[in-house]
Amino acid sequence: MSESLLKVRDLKIGATVYPPGEKPHDIEIVHGVSFDLEKGKVLGLIGESGAGKSTIGLASMAYGRGGVEITGGEVWVNGRDILKTPLQDVRSLRGGEVTYVSQSAAASFNPAKKIMDQVIEASVRHGKFSRKDAEARAIELFARLGLPDPETIGNRYPHQVSGGQLQRCMTALALCPEPDLVVFDEPTTALDVTTQIEVLMAIKEAIRDTGVAALYITHDLAVVAQVSDDILVLKMGDMVEYGSVDQIINAPREEYTRALVSVRSIDHKEKEPTSEPVLKVENITARYRGTNFDVLHDVNVELHPGQTLAVVGESGSGKSTLARVITGLLPPKEGSIHFAGRDLSAALGGRSREDLRELQMIYQMADVAMNPRQTVGTIIGRPLEFYFGLRGAQKRKRIVELLDEIEMGIEFIDRYPAELSGGQKQRVCIARALAAKPKMIICDEVTSALDPLVADGILKLLLNLQKIEDVAYLFITHDLATVKAIADSIAVMYQGEVVRYGGKTEVLSPPFDDYTDLLLSSVPEMKLGWLEEVIANRKMESAGN
Amino acid sequence: MIKNMPVSAMVGLFFMALYFLMAIFAPLLAPYGMAESVGDVWEPASAEHWLGTDNIGRDLLTRMIYGGRTTIFIATVATILSFVTGSVLGFLAAVVGGWVDQALSRFVDLLMSIPSLIFALVILSVMPVTVPVLIVVMGLLDSTRVYRLARAVAVDINVMDYVEAAKLRGEGRRWIIFREILPNALSPLVAEMGLRFIFMVLFVSTLSFLGLGVQPPQADWGGIVKENKDGIVYGIGAALYPAVAIATLAISVNLVADWVLNRTTSLKGGRG
Amino acid sequence: MHVALKLVSQRLALGLLLLFMVSALIFAGTNILPGDVAQSILGQSATPEALANLREELGLNEPALNRYFSWLGGVLQGDLGTALTSGQDIAESMGKRLSNTLFLAMWAAIISVPLAVFLGLVAVRFRDRWPDKLISGVTLASISIPEFLIGYVLMYFIGVKLGWAPTVATIYDGMSLGEKLQTIALPVAVLTLVVLAHMMRMTRAAILNVMQSAYIETAELKGLTMFLIIWKHAFPNSIAPIVNVVMLNLAYLVVGVVVIEVVFTYPGMGQYLVDHVSKRDLPVVQASGLVFAAVYIGLNMVADIVAILSNPRLRHPK
Repeated sequence: MSESLLKVRDLKIGATVYPPGEKPHDIEIVHGVSFDLEKGKVLGLIGESGAGKSTIGLASMAYGRGGVEITGGEVWVNGRDILKTPLQDVRSLRGGEVTYVSQSAAASFNPAKKIMDQVIEASVRHGKFSRKDAEARAIELFARLGLPDPETIGNRYPHQVSGGQLQRCMTALALCPEPDLVVFDEPTTALDVTTQIEVLMAIKEAIRDTGVAALYITHDLAVVAQVSDDILVLKMGDMVEYGSVDQIINAPREEYTRALVSVRSIDHKEKEPTSEPVLKVENITARYRGTNFDVLHDVNVELHPGQTLAVVGESGSGKSTLARVITGLLPPKEGSIHFAGRDLSAALGGRSREDLRELQMIYQMADVAMNPRQTVGTIIGRPLEFYFGLRGAQKRKRIVELLDEIEMGIEFIDRYPAELSGGQKQRVCIARALAAKPKMIICDEVTSALDPLVADGILKLLLNLQKIEDVAYLFITHDLATVKAIADSIAVMYQGEVVRYGGKTEVLSPPFDDYTDLLLSSVPEMKLGWLEEVIANRKMESAGN
Repeated sequence: MIKNMPVSAMVGLFFMALYFLMAIFAPLLAPYGMAESVGDVWEPASAEHWLGTDNIGRDLLTRMIYGGRTTIFIATVATILSFVTGSVLGFLAAVVGGWVDQALSRFVDLLMSIPSLIFALVILSVMPVTVPVLIVVMGLLDSTRVYRLARAVAVDINVMDYVEAAKLRGEGRRWIIFREILPNALSPLVAEMGLRFIFMVLFVSTLSFLGLGVQPPQADWGGIVKENKDGIVYGIGAALYPAVAIATLAISVNLVADWVLNRTTSLKGGRG
Repeated sequence: MHVALKLVSQRLALGLLLLFMVSALIFAGTNILPGDVAQSILGQSATPEALANLREELGLNEPALNRYFSWLGGVLQGDLGTALTSGQDIAESMGKRLSNTLFLAMWAAIISVPLAVFLGLVAVRFRDRWPDKLISGVTLASISIPEFLIGYVLMYFIGVKLGWAPTVATIYDGMSLGEKLQTIALPVAVLTLVVLAHMMRMTRAAILNVMQSAYIETAELKGLTMFLIIWKHAFPNSIAPIVNVVMLNLAYLVVGVVVIEVVFTYPGMGQYLVDHVSKRDLPVVQASGLVFAAVYIGLNMVADIVAILSNPRLRHPK
């Protein structure tokens, strides 16, 4: 029987908060968490924001970020309680026995120093390797992690490599001193889906080859299912469920875990296109002022009344630019837009109030989409006043109806955005769009800033409202799971072009073009062994070529 | 709002109110006439003259009260001028953009590349030194700083999604400036107003001290230093009273401005 | 390297352009404004003949543009004109005073810069504890009192009551360096106090900004000691902001000097300028205004150039 590498008992963590207008005070953010990790195993820590997962990860290095302090419990690493160890011994543990990979490698690398110097720094400082040996080891790791030019990439500065490459450099940094344990803190969350899978494969193989143990922290259960042996589900600083990956995914015991596992499994049947589209985008080519390349090339799509067209692509694909063109914020270089049976003026200034009313928009960040100085009542009431001239009691009656539609009560009418949760904010934005009684709403990544369960609630609400109001959605997203859940038709965008377009079933069925194939096969699925399959498939393909 | 007020802001507000009331009711409060000679040169403090007398035998307390009136009056009007000019042009530049923004911003860069005091001295060498001229020169030179702040704040707000949402709704420029941008720009601007006011007090005092500000026999804090500075070498501290007055006023205003900034920025707080 | 070089040369060109525009602005400020120079010099009681004569003598009847270019031409050749009041060559009488002013400012900088950076580091090290609070309290006090009053407070207590330093800082050629330093002790102390607070606060903010970066956390999680973290990771990224702080404050120092020279009757540029503003001696005012502006623009330019050169993104383009 192997001995525990990391043993956490009844860990309690507190933080000092500074609420506006009040005296700073201490609160507890992790309430007694216990778990074990054996050598060479991977434990996934999963939960939504505020679950305390990153805080627990850092506690395994006896570190508290900002005003965070470990207030109780025990953390044993290699047989000693590091919370009772003097700081200088903890230092030899950090970066030696236990290392850390952060979410944003771009911010975690020192911009003024070469990558190699930073990768080998801990190994050299802790006397694990000589400088020369450490460099040789780093180059070997660069190669193993699939980085281009492993011999020379270390001589570059952090800003000279791409985000996905830097994230792999950060993994090399963590593996270089031959640690016993690596803490991966959302290492792929900031990456595009096709980049994410490359980094994920690299991490998985590196863990397997080096036999290092890992704590893998993420909010995405499908990702953690691919790399972990055990999973600990957290919610608001409490342990919800702790078990093997097989048990958590296939036989969750707790309600909350079941909800996380079944996330985005909304069953939505594709609707057939009707005769007359509400929106017809023809031959749109666009570029931003002061640049000399087109961000959109010859884009053609249609959206039918009461249906959803999902525009899917990674960052830089031009999907958000398409939204700006349709709204009139960026007049296109070429092409035309037909809306509700008429031609839309290319520029915002040339559109009638009726055009504006019938075409509404919902944003990704509900936080900044609402004026912080206006109450919910004012925010929802303004379109009623502006488009329909409603005032006083009439307006209030309609606001209450709209609040009811988004499943919020009348008590919210006098609240300010800062007093709402993330999901509530997005609901208010939806109500503001609906208040105009639009024919079509552009939804720009409306769920990507939200936790999975909250996002699910928003998607269900949108589908429900579509039935009631008969409104069409142009749904812009990078998330294929969302697309599967709500779309009737899909446009896949890549580098400013629509590479695949059609009904949902048609787009998601083979034969695929190369990019759609890559995109679809990169989306993590909630089943065990999926990543191994993908790795095997891709190896076969590249061997076949 | 008053309930949660920290002690420091309360103290600041108290002294600020005290100074402003003193400035307004100076003729009622001052024990003697402003330019009235009532005793010997540099008499020490006594029951009749709480702060003693100045270099030509005028009551120093009276001079300080009237001096405060002049200094605070000039600083207040100049601050208002600087604020109105700076923020109107700053908002305009941010919302209109294009060549208007370019022209205004480059001109402000140019003005700011000369230190204000030096530029003020250059201008005052040809202009008659009167109170209105002082106010205009100080106010306009200082409005460059307000312009920069107002423009920066407005540009930041102008790219927010809620402003874009208002534009997409079809709102006019008036609504966007007064209902979307202004309410959110107010708190940094109000806090800055406190700092600008302090700067004006220091500025006018410095000019008067150099003999290029308020002219005698009119009293003002900088001038009192100039009149009594020769006493210093004989160990007479009459010239130091304005230091106490200016410092307490400035610190009070600072404390209040800090509080305004803290209180209003917290309202914005992103994630609830 | 070429991106950074291009930016630096652009910044240099901008500095020169700015200087040129400033010269025009100063000239315009003293000529186009509604005040009549001749009237100002001679006062309200002047006879019309006297006014006409003086205007002729000053060349005021020529178009402003011509006068500007002949003035600028002279400036470019080092000829700053002659003073109206004394008839002396301005460049000549300014030379000695400029070096006196720079002497004063230099000693203030030599003392205040290391002190401010050191105290800024102390404030960061003991953040939110008493040394930090003391430093921010002193900062608040010192930005709330005008320079000349700090001057008199020090003069009163240190110069007069304690008698530790002379209250008048008149230096002349025959003095040894030691004598000079003793003479300027008080003005240097005042200038140091004036810029110290600002510089300390800005240094603190600049270092805190760097210390809160994610890469400092990375360094901590590598198990490095505090000293190594600051020396290897924080310091290289703090140079640019600190140099920026120092340059901005030196520029501020140049303005503070004007007032302090008057307080301590120090024979420098500041006193020269203020004297001649009172006498409405325009050529002197223009010339000294231009010199002050040039120093100010120059220091700001150095700050920007250091920022460009120390940015790794610009030094090592993709």
